[in-house]
Amino acid sequence: MAELTEAGCRAFTQADAPMTDNQVLLRAMEYASTFGLSLWLRPQDVSLAHGGVAHDGAVASRLGLPGIPALAETVALATILQLARETGARVHLARLSTSEGLAMVRAAKAQGLAVTCDVASPHVHLSENDLISFDSHLHLVPPLRSLRDRDAIREALRDGTIDALCSDHTPVDEDVKQVPFGESAPGASGVELLLPLTLKWAREMDVPLMQAIGLISWKPAQILGVPAGTLAVGGWADLCVFDEAAEWIVGPRTLTSQGNNTPFLNHLMLGRVHYTLIDGHIDFEAPHSP
Amino acid sequence: MNPQLTQDGRLRHLLTLDGLPRATLMEILDTAESFMDVGEREVKKVPLLRGKSIFNLFFEPSTRTRTTFEIAAKRLSADVVNLNIATSSQTKGEAILDTVDNLAAMHADMFIVRHSQSGAAHFIARHVAPHISVVNAGDGRHAHPTQGLLDMFTIRRFKGAFHNLTVGIVGDVLHSRVARSQIHALTTLGVPEVRVIAPKTLLPAGVEQMGVKVFHNLDAGLAGCDVVIMLRLQNERMKGARLPSAQEYFKFFGLTSEKLALAKPDAIVMHPGPMNRGVEIDSEVADGPQSVILPQVTYGIAVRMAVMALLAGGTAA
Repeated sequence: MAELTEAGCRAFTQADAPMTDNQVLLRAMEYASTFGLSLWLRPQDVSLAHGGVAHDGAVASRLGLPGIPALAETVALATILQLARETGARVHLARLSTSEGLAMVRAAKAQGLAVTCDVASPHVHLSENDLISFDSHLHLVPPLRSLRDRDAIREALRDGTIDALCSDHTPVDEDVKQVPFGESAPGASGVELLLPLTLKWAREMDVPLMQAIGLISWKPAQILGVPAGTLAVGGWADLCVFDEAAEWIVGPRTLTSQGNNTPFLNHLMLGRVHYTLIDGHIDFEAPHSP
Repeated sequence: MNPQLTQDGRLRHLLTLDGLPRATLMEILDTAESFMDVGEREVKKVPLLRGKSIFNLFFEPSTRTRTTFEIAAKRLSADVVNLNIATSSQTKGEAILDTVDNLAAMHADMFIVRHSQSGAAHFIARHVAPHISVVNAGDGRHAHPTQGLLDMFTIRRFKGAFHNLTVGIVGDVLHSRVARSQIHALTTLGVPEVRVIAPKTLLPAGVEQMGVKVFHNLDAGLAGCDVVIMLRLQNERMKGARLPSAQEYFKFFGLTSEKLALAKPDAIVMHPGPMNRGVEIDSEVADGPQSVILPQVTYGIAVRMAVMALLAGGTAA
């Protein structure tokens, strides 16, 4: 781990592969904290989530979809937070989805634990209620949860409990979505909609633009420990120029990404990117940009 | 928007009973009533669907449901093709939609679909050309609308009306598409008290939001019931730690004559079949005077005829 850090590695994670062994998790935290490194973990208990494809609630019950209970997140979180408390390890919790989970993180932060967390942008806008037509593009991990959970996410983004908003960009082939919901591959293409979905949340919640932009720029950079996401003399000239008020609708061919699998087809978006600059050079220019 | 109805409110597909208006349910039951005598005629056929091609698309094995759909279609003079896809192209890896497209190219008019995944019938209905109707013959845990309808038909035949009934559904509601369809139909038709009676491990989260009263005790749940519906308990439920043993389940949730005596004296006993005798229901009850399990099967043909006739735009015989 320390060698990888010397080579530029910023954090350690199993990505979306679950942690199944608490002894391994404990040792990873002990070792990471020896060197002050951070672990990125997705809290989802494998056995409680087993077989599920949707939030275990009234909608999945009605649709007959096997459920993933909120407990799958909170039980895993309780384990992670307890181990972090014991070891002093720095932990970033990725893709939280439940109101109870956010409350646990809020409490852990209040106790001074070195934890940060993020949520995926679809979970800020959608809920289990959107599953009613069995559209497999809404098959996500963690699952879209109740309206109460969604509202808790929107509030936790505002009050700072959530440190970063991410796209959870998971492009999958349309072939694996053109099957019944439960057989489909989970995930949504998201990187192109991250900014519009962030701006939409900010407008709906009356959050200042700079606070909203922080959630997708300097705050995630800070978690990673990279000097990015800010405008400063001598800083990196990585910029995004956008029209914060442009409204548009996601169509079947709107996305440039090869992954066209989006749960936001026909949804109204807010904000449009005109230019992306990397290292001071224009890397992307939208058609018809001013 | 309800994908099952056309803009002028006619039945386009039958995918679930959830959200279907009361008038549509009653129309199906009344149409089924008019088909009841066809089975007793010497020539058990009416020419309503002559020249129509109906494909039984069974991605999951079934004998009874497939057979009753086949008989119903034949009594309406349709051409019926049975495909047990569980044992043919699906195992060769052909995608569902390719199978559907191929059959549509053979000029299919209607697909009767059974699949192990919830939402499979919705998925196929979204894909097919406008002139093709889809009938859900059971999708995962989601819905089994023709079973729900034949159960309503049975209840109406034996009880006359819905507005004064207490109906108890006993057993594995969690995994049951039949129970979900029954609950939607019963609440839509105005049954004032629908009960589900089961241990917590066999009830879905938030089931009370479907308009039912929850009981965990069989005696309390059966008290005052006009209709007792028993659900099949599959043996694999014992493996998932949902129940300690079949014996224990029968002791606390199995329907015996002593338990049935707690319901109203004229209560009827129903079961969607196939039964596990000695697991959810005692043979004495299954074969007893209050059982209407065999009439359910007979009515299933008239109800499926009604559904197919209405989908094809025809009226009663």
